[in-house]
Amino acid sequence: MADSDGVVAVRGNRRPVARYGLRVVALGYLLVLLAAPVAMVFYRAFQHGVGPIWSALTTSEARSAIEVTLIVAVAAVVLNTVFGVGAALLLVRRRFPGRHLLDVLVDIPQAVSPIVVGLALILVYGKFGFFGSWLERNGLKLIFSLPGMVLATAFVSLPLVVRSVAPVLAELGDEQEQAARTLGASSWQTFRRITLPSIRDALAYGVVLSLARSLGEYGAVTVVSGHVVGKTLTLTLFIDERLQNFDQPAAYSAAVLLAIIAMGSLLISRRLRSRSRSAA
Amino acid sequence: MSIAVRNVTKTFAQFKALDDVSVDIPTGSLTALLGPSGSGKSTLLRVIAGLDTADSGTVQIEDRDATNLPPQRREVGFVFQHYAPFKHMTVYDNVAFGLRVRKAGKAETKAKVDQLLELVHLEKFQTRYPAQLSGGQRQRMALARALAVEPRVLLLDEPFGALDAQVRKELRAWLRRLHDEMHVTTVIVTHDQEEAMEVADEIVVLQDGRVQQVGHPHEVYEHPANDWVMGFLGPVTHFGDLLVRPHDLDLAHEPSDDAMPATIVRVTRLGFQTRVDLDADGEPIYAQLAREATDRLTLDPGTQVHVRHARGEALPPSAPDSVPAAVEEPLAAEAQSGRAQVR
Repeated sequence: MADSDGVVAVRGNRRPVARYGLRVVALGYLLVLLAAPVAMVFYRAFQHGVGPIWSALTTSEARSAIEVTLIVAVAAVVLNTVFGVGAALLLVRRRFPGRHLLDVLVDIPQAVSPIVVGLALILVYGKFGFFGSWLERNGLKLIFSLPGMVLATAFVSLPLVVRSVAPVLAELGDEQEQAARTLGASSWQTFRRITLPSIRDALAYGVVLSLARSLGEYGAVTVVSGHVVGKTLTLTLFIDERLQNFDQPAAYSAAVLLAIIAMGSLLISRRLRSRSRSAA
Repeated sequence: MSIAVRNVTKTFAQFKALDDVSVDIPTGSLTALLGPSGSGKSTLLRVIAGLDTADSGTVQIEDRDATNLPPQRREVGFVFQHYAPFKHMTVYDNVAFGLRVRKAGKAETKAKVDQLLELVHLEKFQTRYPAQLSGGQRQRMALARALAVEPRVLLLDEPFGALDAQVRKELRAWLRRLHDEMHVTTVIVTHDQEEAMEVADEIVVLQDGRVQQVGHPHEVYEHPANDWVMGFLGPVTHFGDLLVRPHDLDLAHEPSDDAMPATIVRVTRLGFQTRVDLDADGEPIYAQLAREATDRLTLDPGTQVHVRHARGEALPPSAPDSVPAAVEEPLAAEAQSGRAQVR
């Protein structure tokens, strides 16, 4: 028994140091890296009250940036919701040659730097790209306009819906779907009445994640936007543009707006995640 | 014929699940597909339902070629082993599902669902979710859901496999009664020979993707097509070179012409029957005796007895008309095992 007593004693002595040491390191790290910068942005924005923020966010440039951000983000999210559910169904429910390749491809946007994505889009859809020249001749301009920014944003947030939905689909299994089929349901009825309600929470989680990602995207859109003030600036690009022009109040105001939206979606996604877990 | 399966073969990767299988299921019957796991019985059921497609061969349902029909157009009711309840729907909505996708009227749907819920004794549970039901209740809900669309055939995949023994017995008897009332052609997949013999009018015995034998329960039990079927359907032991049922062996203290001597090794009393392990010239065999026989004999380990085969017939089976009257009784396994006689 002496041995085990010894072990307990040693642990008891080491415990307080390890415990508090770890807390100090973890909290200090978070403070330096996360809390302090965010707090500073809020502080600088609200330094002179709410009035300056309001006026900074209601200039026509700022309003246009908000509008462009919403259009681009919502369009990208809609694209990725449809594609994401389809791809998840394909990956989980079907066995076909190239399935593993698709599985890998879906994750590429997370591995590749967004700026590379933007460049790649220009190469393909730009004025001199092999698709872009054809599209341009047919009167459709993708790059340096909204459609290109939607494409870039959708590309970057592509894995989020797929990766939220696929594991839930896999765990769900296909027996309920088969049961629906034997009861006379068509593929569409089965999807709408059985599959969709079962993945609802996971899908909502994925949608919120991609919305947050789309709103905050900078790297890919900056390459394809062309930076036309009042036309193709999203909020992130607007912040950058204002900073370059030494208009710090406007930059901080827009930053605060983005941060609030991001934190809001984080809270929603947290709640949805716990719901989709408890349902599964 | 309600279902006619012709020359169906189905291979998964390298594994041949069904090998040139042909089966006829008569209209209004309750047929059991019986076999060990991996025998292809569930695959055959899924091929009939259209959930799996055969590599070759045809499936006819009610004289209609269903080989290439998708499951939703085959008009079959399918009950899954784990019931596959729609978890996000109440019991009522589960049962109503098939009617709703058919766009049945509200009043009609309600009348039908209410009637079915009463039939399966779930009328008090209609607002519950599947997670709030017991296994047996989920099973009955799945059955009501399948019956709601008035299927031409009802297919049940190991329907009682996931239930405990007591509930299983109750549901089995209830299913048999239900079938006698409704007369819907029913196919049930099971690996449990007792279950098959208790509920089915006809048994299809499968092994390694092939049909070994088709017949009434007592036919396949009393006249198995081969040693494998005999061994699968009930207990077997050896009598000389013969494979026999242990309850068909008689023991006596006096020798007779057709008896062989053996030494008692062990006597185990199992309530209404007694298992006697014997050493017949070096080979271990055993007999199952009814209580009255046990009482009449002195069964002590080490005692020499004479063993004879009560049925006095060898494999392969003789014609059905020579079956002794005693075996035309109900065919539950318990009834079977109490039949040994001692003279």
